[in-house]
Amino acid sequence: MTHPHYHLSELDALEAEAIHIIREVVAQMERPALLFSGGKDSIVMLHVAIRAFAPAPVPFPVVHIDTGHNFPEVLEFRDRMVQDNGLQLIVGSVQEAIDRGVVREEPNGSRNRIQTPVLLDTIEKNRFDACMGGARRDEEKARAKERVFSFRDEFGQWDPRNQRPELWSLYNGKVHPGESIRVFPLSNWTELDIWNYIADREVEVPSIYFAHEREVFDRGGMWMAANEFAVPRDGDEVVTKKVRYRTVGDATLTAAVESDADTVEKIVTEIAATRLTERGATRGDDRVSEAAMEDRKKEGYF
Amino acid sequence: MDLLRFATAGSVDDGKSTLIGRLLYDSKSIFEDQLESVEAASKARGNEYTDLALLTDGLRAEREQGITIDVAYRYFATPRRKFIIADTPGHAQYTRNMVTGASTADLAIILVDARKGLTEQSRRHATIASLLRVPHLVLAVNKMDLVDFSQDVFEQIYKEFSDFAAKLNVPDLTAIPLSALEGDNVVERSARTPWYQGTSLLHHLEHVHIASDRNLQDVRFPVQYVVRPQHSSARDYRGLAGTVASGVMKVGDEVLALPSGLSSRIKAIDGPHGSVTEAYPPMAVTVRLEDELDISRGDVLCRPANHPQPTQDLDLTVCWMDDHPLVVGQKIGVLHTTRMARAIVKDIAYELDVNTLHREQGIRQLGLNSIGRVKLRVTTPLMVDDYDDNRTTGAMILIDEATNGTVGAGVVRAI
Ligand SMILES: Nc1nc2c(ncn2[C@@H]2O[C@H](COP(=O)(O)OP(=O)(O)OP(=O)(O)O)[C@@H](O)[C@H]2O)c(=O)[nH]1
Ligand SMILES: [Mg+2]
Repeated sequence: MTHPHYHLSELDALEAEAIHIIREVVAQMERPALLFSGGKDSIVMLHVAIRAFAPAPVPFPVVHIDTGHNFPEVLEFRDRMVQDNGLQLIVGSVQEAIDRGVVREEPNGSRNRIQTPVLLDTIEKNRFDACMGGARRDEEKARAKERVFSFRDEFGQWDPRNQRPELWSLYNGKVHPGESIRVFPLSNWTELDIWNYIADREVEVPSIYFAHEREVFDRGGMWMAANEFAVPRDGDEVVTKKVRYRTVGDATLTAAVESDADTVEKIVTEIAATRLTERGATRGDDRVSEAAMEDRKKEGYF
Repeated sequence: MDLLRFATAGSVDDGKSTLIGRLLYDSKSIFEDQLESVEAASKARGNEYTDLALLTDGLRAEREQGITIDVAYRYFATPRRKFIIADTPGHAQYTRNMVTGASTADLAIILVDARKGLTEQSRRHATIASLLRVPHLVLAVNKMDLVDFSQDVFEQIYKEFSDFAAKLNVPDLTAIPLSALEGDNVVERSARTPWYQGTSLLHHLEHVHIASDRNLQDVRFPVQYVVRPQHSSARDYRGLAGTVASGVMKVGDEVLALPSGLSSRIKAIDGPHGSVTEAYPPMAVTVRLEDELDISRGDVLCRPANHPQPTQDLDLTVCWMDDHPLVVGQKIGVLHTTRMARAIVKDIAYELDVNTLHREQGIRQLGLNSIGRVKLRVTTPLMVDDYDDNRTTGAMILIDEATNGTVGAGVVRAI
């Protein structure tokens, strides 16, 4: 890793920046947590967090907001990560919130939007004053605007017109009781950086990221897996294709992409050449309106 | 691969976002779905052509008003370099967001509308870029299509800007005539400016020599967090976690801890992937010392023969970013490296007139977006260096004690 000219590689520099941010959270905040979805970004974030405090254990719990619409491979992976790293897992369950009548299922069946009140409720119950998330600025145009330390009011709301200035690598985590900060240690990483890191550091990710055969059907130009969450309608033709997932989200909305990339190296090559963003290729939730993400974030989404 | 971070700057509507859109578009760095959505949004607005500014103006309010409100970060790469772009707003009301984007930039592109020439906001942004010691400036004279690509217009603006920049600290200035809208001199050199001998903007961004502004001389390691595992496998482990601000730290080196003045030797340096023998900026490591010293967050490790003097009296150049003015006698929070402190405003020596760079004395307060020289008395000693020598230990943010907002940026004795 050392270089005669004392030059840090891109990946090392991104990793160092993320470690700095995560340590700053722990040093400044009283009750931080790390949001862990089992997706590639949160896996990389957790991987970095473990290294930021080694040999001590990570000094915060991981939180999973469970929509109930999961890929089984991802849940298994989550539980194994928790087990292997001696983590404390807190689950905020959307299903439970529906059963209690706190939130109502949306007509389209997606739980992407109703996970926000569950997240806010989990934050409030556990009195978290900081939640780290794996979102990256290159994902989406509203995210491209967000600070690394993103202030949220007592309702968890993001006010894009009134963000705190954020200079150099000085992060202001000061909040009043009830307010909180969302922190994005991977803000400056791109999707390609994530895969290069996974390849370089041999980070394990769930199997659904690799090309495999799956029964899928076409919905609005995207390949949806035919299963309990995405049921083919009359006229939908179910076919078996070699696909992989580029993102992992609510299973009713997340589409697969056709791919032969069954190794990390092939994925890196595929991502370097892709002409579609990951959300554009795989997410139904961002197609609702021009400002779908911004609107969700204003409501408290991460 | 090299990484260049650059920011746009300049008055409202001078074409910053359009330029970034054009740069991304012409360098084929836009994804198909992004382009489709921008095309659809442009059509829905009744535009005749695709408004490339929408690639960065992603907020609802920005699209409604056709202006940029907050910084957008974009990432792209060419075979030569990787780039992080901060597209900042020109609107005076959002100067704080321009400051945010410029604080980490290696290069700033100051756009000027060829029809309008320099404005107060162009001067303010140039002053801020210089105050923040952005090492490279590009003067982009934009909208050349609206002045018939006139060399005279370009030369005149260039001269006016160089005269102004001569009074600032601008180590490297390059001027380029552009049309962001039509793409002249953005990625390819334009046939419509035969009199212009320089390169296209992208070529300049790819080749500008980023003389390492990293300081490898003066060891400064602000302690961020103390790692103390409370479990059996590593009971005696005590590590000082932090990011190297400057200098090269080596195992075996003698170090001085400030403000305590205690010294010890480096026993080991632990990186994210095991032990290393050396650490340099911007590595995030955990340092273990030979002796058990009482060191905690906010302390700084340096070398016995090369260290700052801890001080409670600060002489800063401040950019004020809040609606409520900074007033003499006010108490304020300070975040300097990893140390949080409180301070009282002792004096405002002068305010800088950003048009003339005249220093107005006898000032009792600094208003929104003003720049001035401020003296603070801090409750606890800070280990500061001159910002010219060290962009980390020479910088701090000021925090309002009531709202917790970040209200000012201060650099030690710049300008
Ligand atoms: N004719 C012409 N028009 C341009 C050019 N560049 C930008 N414009 C137009 O100028 C207007 C403002 O452009 P923007 O890119 O939004 O300006 P901006 O500097 O980003 O503005 P703020 O971010 O709000 O400060 C738009 O209508 C653009 O189409 C150019 O080179 N020639
Ligand atoms: Mg703009």
